[in-house]
Amino acid sequence: MGETGQQLRNKDIVGIKDLSCEEIELILNTAVGFRDVLRRDIKKVPTLRGKTVVNLFFEPSTRTRTSFELAAKRLSTDVINFSVSASSVVKGESLIDTAMTIQALGADVVIIRHSSSGVPHLLARHLNASVINAGDGINEHPTQALLDAFTIMEKNGRIKGLKIAIVGDILHSRVAKSNIYCLRALGADVRLIGPPTLIPAGLIDPDIKIFHNMEAGLRDIDVVMMLRIQMERQDRGFFPTTDEYFRLWGLTPERFSLAKPGAIVMHPGPMNRGIEIVSDVADSPQSVILEQVTNGIAVRMAVLYLLSGRRG
Amino acid sequence: MMGKSLNLIIRNGHIIDPSQGIDGKGDLLVEEGKIKEISQDSMLGIPNDETHEVIDANGLYVLPGLVDMHVHLREPGYEYKETIKTGTMAAVRGGFTSVCCMPNTKPVNDNETVTEFILRKAYAEGACYVYTIGAITKGQRGEELAEMGMMREAGCVAFSDDGFPVMNSLLMRRALEYSKVFGVTIISHAEDLSLSSGGVMNEGPLSLSLGLRGIPAEAEVIAIKRDIELAALTGGRLHIAHVSTAGGVRAVREAKKAGVAVTSETCPHYFTLTEEAVSDYNTNAKMNPPLRTGRDVEAVKEGLSDGTIDVIATDHAPHHMDEKLCEFDRAAAGISGLETALSLCLGLVEEGILSMTELVRKMALNPARILGMEKGSLKKDATADIVLVDPGRKFAVNSGEFVSMGKNTPFEGWQLKGGPVVVICKGRIYNMDNGNPGD
Amino acid sequence: MPKELLDSKDMDRTITRMAHEILEKNRGVERVCLVGIQRGGVYLAKRLAEKIKLIEGRDVPVGALDIALYRDDLNIRKEYPAVRKTDIPFEITGQVVVLVDDVLFTGRSIRAAMDALMDIGRPARIELAVLIDRGHRELPVRADFVGRNIPTSHEENIAVEFLEEGGNDRVVLNQE
Repeated sequence: MGETGQQLRNKDIVGIKDLSCEEIELILNTAVGFRDVLRRDIKKVPTLRGKTVVNLFFEPSTRTRTSFELAAKRLSTDVINFSVSASSVVKGESLIDTAMTIQALGADVVIIRHSSSGVPHLLARHLNASVINAGDGINEHPTQALLDAFTIMEKNGRIKGLKIAIVGDILHSRVAKSNIYCLRALGADVRLIGPPTLIPAGLIDPDIKIFHNMEAGLRDIDVVMMLRIQMERQDRGFFPTTDEYFRLWGLTPERFSLAKPGAIVMHPGPMNRGIEIVSDVADSPQSVILEQVTNGIAVRMAVLYLLSGRRG
Repeated sequence: MMGKSLNLIIRNGHIIDPSQGIDGKGDLLVEEGKIKEISQDSMLGIPNDETHEVIDANGLYVLPGLVDMHVHLREPGYEYKETIKTGTMAAVRGGFTSVCCMPNTKPVNDNETVTEFILRKAYAEGACYVYTIGAITKGQRGEELAEMGMMREAGCVAFSDDGFPVMNSLLMRRALEYSKVFGVTIISHAEDLSLSSGGVMNEGPLSLSLGLRGIPAEAEVIAIKRDIELAALTGGRLHIAHVSTAGGVRAVREAKKAGVAVTSETCPHYFTLTEEAVSDYNTNAKMNPPLRTGRDVEAVKEGLSDGTIDVIATDHAPHHMDEKLCEFDRAAAGISGLETALSLCLGLVEEGILSMTELVRKMALNPARILGMEKGSLKKDATADIVLVDPGRKFAVNSGEFVSMGKNTPFEGWQLKGGPVVVICKGRIYNMDNGNPGD
Repeated sequence: MPKELLDSKDMDRTITRMAHEILEKNRGVERVCLVGIQRGGVYLAKRLAEKIKLIEGRDVPVGALDIALYRDDLNIRKEYPAVRKTDIPFEITGQVVVLVDDVLFTGRSIRAAMDALMDIGRPARIELAVLIDRGHRELPVRADFVGRNIPTSHEENIAVEFLEEGGNDRVVLNQE
């Protein structure tokens, strides 16, 4: 009758923090099957016919929303994109009202992005549907971390013991936080590089090495993960100018050459070329930035499959 | 008012009145709504008399009615959150017979008209006595002084821009200087807004982990230290509201040692809860100042114990459900605190942090003294504001049963011990087991 | 008590005969490939390929097919099955695909497997080889190569065990 698979414990994926190492591995292993599907001529399977997936985005996003949309479509679900502009908040509809409306539409899975941390957690408590966090405030972006781990796994065959540097605005990066949880759960040696204003040393697990000097931090690493510098942060004075940021923490070929031979460079996109990374590195054979995009669909298919397959 | 005709004997209770140094069994006689006599002589006692109602207080504490110097009654302007009527009913249910309401109403209580409106409404509808705290600055905007003199004449007992700290140091200096004319206290909501900007919880590893923007303890400490320096400079009377940090307690302790005229308060949640209460984005645990760490909780307790902190107030901040059932960032800050405060404070006695006498001092006598109110005492001829407390009564917190319109409590479902059973206030006897006060 | 229906020698003989039949029907191995259904079918397909090599001296390509994503019972199952690898590293379009499974029961897995194959390519023909046919078909599916026909009741369960999974090669009948 076909064996029963391992299961995710919760109906929702709101953060990597709430996943066990086994659950992370389950998602990554399941994604392998979906990556194969995506390599075929017919990139679609009938698995989730009749299910309804709602992309509920309170923050503009093209990449993540498209990736989830494609993942859902490849699984034969019906996908609705529900983009909530700031104007409907002004009109007075509360978050809970919006969520209840989505539920009444018959959603089985709600994928949510919101500028406030904790919103996926709030919806998860109030909705019967499964909730997937597609990025909440400065908290987490779990599927990005999963696709990053999947990509590293594919390139290196392992994560345990790898030296991985995350570079940039750690304080405001949900990608960084999910990655830190995920990579550490899988046994990587994670280090952070960037200005002290963006890496709040006192708040971070003392086991994680922090480097403020790019050259020192990049030495002998296996993977360098660049973060997007949010231009609007400049106004708040976390660093003086983007020019100075680039001078001190931009990833140039010279700096990247300090990493291990064969090291890979990653970026969650969209990139600010000339600010945190230069094209010579972003477009080099060691860049896996486009693979990250493709793998994102496979990982999101795996997540949709595993959440739909939970009972009770 | 019917108060004049109240004649009552409270028999055999454990009377505690720090204003007279009373701590022991006795009878208490109320005549025509005033305290007439306390007899601690078990042989004599006060004889029965059919014109007096008799309450057997055996096994109960008999305390002066509690005084809460920091509440938000929301009226006028925010009657969907709370009204003077419901807020004072909640006060009585919590054992409070006098409350002082903060000026952040709509319109702001920054002029005598609003003050008079609140006091008139409270006189007519309030289940307990209401005192007003006027705004320091017009509209609480921190730009120019409000008409403190006129508000003082209308009845304001203190001035505060609570919720909106006076960031301009010169203006705060002026307020402390000017208030000396009336001998009133300036209550400081101590928060450096540039440092707390955008924050919604205590700053620390937990705020990073939850992805919530943090408010460092230093935002409070720096503001307290500034105001202490200004109080020292001006000789004005300063009271620090809701102290939540170890650094804040230390600053007040040092200032007192140096002889600065400063008093301070904390709230039950700051010695009961830590920032962990926010962990699952529980908006009912969102406060300003935010809940802090275990180390801060210990320091606050120490401050209570050594007298650095003079007062326990509730900072009763009722909100509508919709203002809490939303994004954590957008959620209103505050707790509906009147109906759980006394029970939580009795925990301090149980823990050995405070004696009963010290607790009554901090919840009745001290706030009355700081604000110059004739309250918080069972002295002869005082108005009969009395609360009978059963220290053994156990109950589970159920916000559905709150008489406050604000159901926002982080203590939902908590098992608490000890609470008021009878409250005598405004010439009425409220028996907690027979319906709600004001019914 | 489980009852052993075939021991390892029995199984070996049966697989040998099935290999002969596949060769006979297809007149050799020209254009023939074997695709096992995860997981028992994959072990069986490899055994068949080994036999064919012994008999015919030629290699036949062997692939593995996971049908989890094509099952028709996902919505009525307690939980979804694990997704395993589909590994068919050769072209199946225009080929004769011998689909291999350990037990043929309702026929629903075979339907799912055929749909899965169709999404990968367009075989010239699909044939079906099963070690055990226990009856109770719910779909019009018939095997081309059958190791043993073993009539069972619904309360019974056939388990095919393989050396590769840590046990012995054998077929047992369990009462539920």
